[in-house]
Amino acid sequence: MKVKLEIRLNPDILDPQGDAINNALQQMNFKSVSSVRQGKLIELDINASSQEEAQNLVKKMAEELLVNPIMETYIISME
Amino acid sequence: MKSGIIIFPGSNCDNELQNALESVGSSVIRIWHKEVSLPKNLDIIFLPGGFSYGDYLRPGAIAAKSPILNSIISFGKAGGYIVGICNGFQVLLESGLLIGALLRNKNQKFICKDEKILIGACDSIFTKNFIPGEVVNFPIAHNDGSYFCTDKSLKSLIDNEQIPFSYLENPNGSKANIAGICSLNKRVLGLMPHPERVIFKENGGTDGFKFFNSIIKNF
Repeated sequence: MKVKLEIRLNPDILDPQGDAINNALQQMNFKSVSSVRQGKLIELDINASSQEEAQNLVKKMAEELLVNPIMETYIISME
Repeated sequence: MKSGIIIFPGSNCDNELQNALESVGSSVIRIWHKEVSLPKNLDIIFLPGGFSYGDYLRPGAIAAKSPILNSIISFGKAGGYIVGICNGFQVLLESGLLIGALLRNKNQKFICKDEKILIGACDSIFTKNFIPGEVVNFPIAHNDGSYFCTDKSLKSLIDNEQIPFSYLENPNGSKANIAGICSLNKRVLGLMPHPERVIFKENGGTDGFKFFNSIIKNF
């Protein structure tokens, strides 16, 4: 079962990588871009008997290792 | 004094740290991260700088789940002395021994230079040899050194005098110019600058010697 974990920096945290990408896009004349935030996508292949079980497992992994709640938020989705 | 240095895959300041500790008269035991228990009668544990696990996921995050960390967390919770320098500071935050997080530097660059560090009021063995308000020179070398915590945590760090080291000229966007913090009991210290790189005059300064000497003399 494939599970996706999207990780984003909290909105109140400065994202210098997103800002650097935005600066490059502006230089390339993509003037319609007003802001860029860069996050992470982790794809997991999991042996589980149900979607719910897989989601719960990934939630546990997010809380214990994959996400730092001080600076990040996450969304779990199934493929 | 008997110091333990924990070595992770990607640690690279462990030898300098060992030299620094030996220069002030401490004996040193090197401990591989896959050990599950600490040697007996250790007085203090050091987590060195470097790039454990290549900074994958988040700096320090994977090292914070190493087998030896459970013993280190118990050691810290029992009132043991622990110092994390640079990547070691990141490991202490990721393992929950200190509060906050270290984010990518504000200018998106790896910064490697001497930095003026202001000594703050903090009743700890790490700063007893210094006077609050004194400015020392410690080099920094990091990509993710921008300290962040909630406003509530910051207030508690300030109220409880848990900020022994601040930047005079904030190089990386750290909240409240923070360069190093310690635990409420003042026994667990994390700092981004590298005092182990300024031990001998020939290497550019001796302020680091004063730091390690403070630990051994006031232990």
